Amino acid sequence: MNKILTITKKELNSYFNSPLGYIVVSVFLIISGWLFIQTFFVIGQASLRSFFNLLPVLFMFIIPAITMSSWSEEKRSGTIEVLMTFPISAIKVVIAKFFSNFVFLLIMLALTIAIPIMVTNLGAPDSGIIWAGYIGALLLGSVYIAIGLWISSVTKNQIISFLVTAAIIFIFYMVGNSLILDTMPNSVAAVGKFLSFSTHFNSILRGVISLSDIFYYISVIIFFLFLNARAISLKNWK
Amino acid sequence: MIKVDNLVKKYGEIAALDGVSFKLNDGEVVGVLGPNGAGKTTLLRILVAFLEPDSGKVEIDGLNINQPLLQQKIKGKIGYLPESAPLYEDMTVTEYLIFVGKMQGIKSDDIYEKLAEVIEKCGLKEKKNAEISTLSKGYRQRTGIAQALIHNPEIIILDEPTTGLDPNQRIEIRDLIMEIGKSKTVILSSHVLSEVQSTCSRVIIINKGKIAADGTPEELENKDGKNKSTIYVEVEKIGNSLLPRLETLEGVNDIKIIENRIIIISDTENDIRKDIARIIIEEEHGLLELVRKQINLEDVFIDLTKE
Repeated sequence: MNKILTITKKELNSYFNSPLGYIVVSVFLIISGWLFIQTFFVIGQASLRSFFNLLPVLFMFIIPAITMSSWSEEKRSGTIEVLMTFPISAIKVVIAKFFSNFVFLLIMLALTIAIPIMVTNLGAPDSGIIWAGYIGALLLGSVYIAIGLWISSVTKNQIISFLVTAAIIFIFYMVGNSLILDTMPNSVAAVGKFLSFSTHFNSILRGVISLSDIFYYISVIIFFLFLNARAISLKNWK
Repeated sequence: MIKVDNLVKKYGEIAALDGVSFKLNDGEVVGVLGPNGAGKTTLLRILVAFLEPDSGKVEIDGLNINQPLLQQKIKGKIGYLPESAPLYEDMTVTEYLIFVGKMQGIKSDDIYEKLAEVIEKCGLKEKKNAEISTLSKGYRQRTGIAQALIHNPEIIILDEPTTGLDPNQRIEIRDLIMEIGKSKTVILSSHVLSEVQSTCSRVIIINKGKIAADGTPEELENKDGKNKSTIYVEVEKIGNSLLPRLETLEGVNDIKIIENRIIIISDTENDIRKDIARIIIEEEHGLLELVRKQINLEDVFIDLTKE
């Protein structure tokens, strides 16, 4: 556990020692804030629904920007050889990498606190729904992180890592879209609907955090972290 | 003790290692020599369990390093510097060494003591607060060696620790390795022969994935049990009658002729230089140069690894 925290601390330091961490956080806050405010006064409802609705697409580009370097950079610079020869198992290193990205996400979401404060001052939003929205955003972001880490572990190139991660997230996002689902036979559509991130996210946004949604997100996270651990412990480096 | 048993590792069709076996005793300083692509790095990576061999095994103190349950325990006994010393560029030397120390399981109470020790030993005092990206190659290499030493491991494995250094830095790193070798088992790879000769008590030459030679530098130089010398002769022109006359000299093992140069391998105990000079002058070939050299590791290396 100590070693996991040691890696987490090192990773977070390196995000905030470089401009990248600040740029990612600023871009996220500016875009999400602006897009939310733009429609907020038009709709005239004291609700964060339109803010949370932005996240699946916004995260599609923000999260790969954080995860793209996680393994790619270690592979490119060769430090992976130092990291993987420490007395720690591959799965723990993967958990540490996940955890550091998760903390970054947590910080980023915490900084949006101004939005619920403003909305609460202007009206009387349902605080339960806001909390559910944040929990949903954390779960959704964590799934994106797990995918991003896996892709990052199979390439040395950060740009490829970024784009492929965004593409995979896009596919998982799209399969739940009604435009796509309508063209499919019912049985396939049910699978698509189940697999899609957006289906589960939307049901959490209604304020209902069901066990099945949480179970879904956690299984997807574990699945991709497992692929990640496998990719780095294949021991076929050249 | 390290026991390497019949290691095979293939990348596609190409065998990087093809049946490598040897045993190392505690406290040995071993140089792994070989041309580029001979399989040195692959061998070292298998020894630190970064790579898994296709077949064969490595035992350290009787424990198989590829057993997942034992791996954590064994990894802690090894300090490893990979080729070209990869380091986290955005950390300072101190930050990096503390990170490595913690990853190696050093307790927080002891870590500053260990840190001070390796900084002193590796001559990093004046650079301890410098960011790694600003370090010269020599200091990067020292930081990499410090990183391999911080948890006081029994075995130190260094992959090409002096490549890319200038002659002064090379001597400094060499002295450091000799110092480390007094108390620990050291395995280092190199293609600089003089270095291995001066630092290592044992040399393993690898070529095309196989061990081509294994012994002390002295043993390798006197492979046939007899001292050999090389005599280089340069003449103005070479006639047909010269070669048969030189071959009849006592103690001559081999003669090669390259353009107007003659290379003669002979036993050291028979000094045939004056005979060679006499023959060349009698044949009127115009003697330009005649030098004798003791056969060194370099000649052995070239002999063993040439195509």
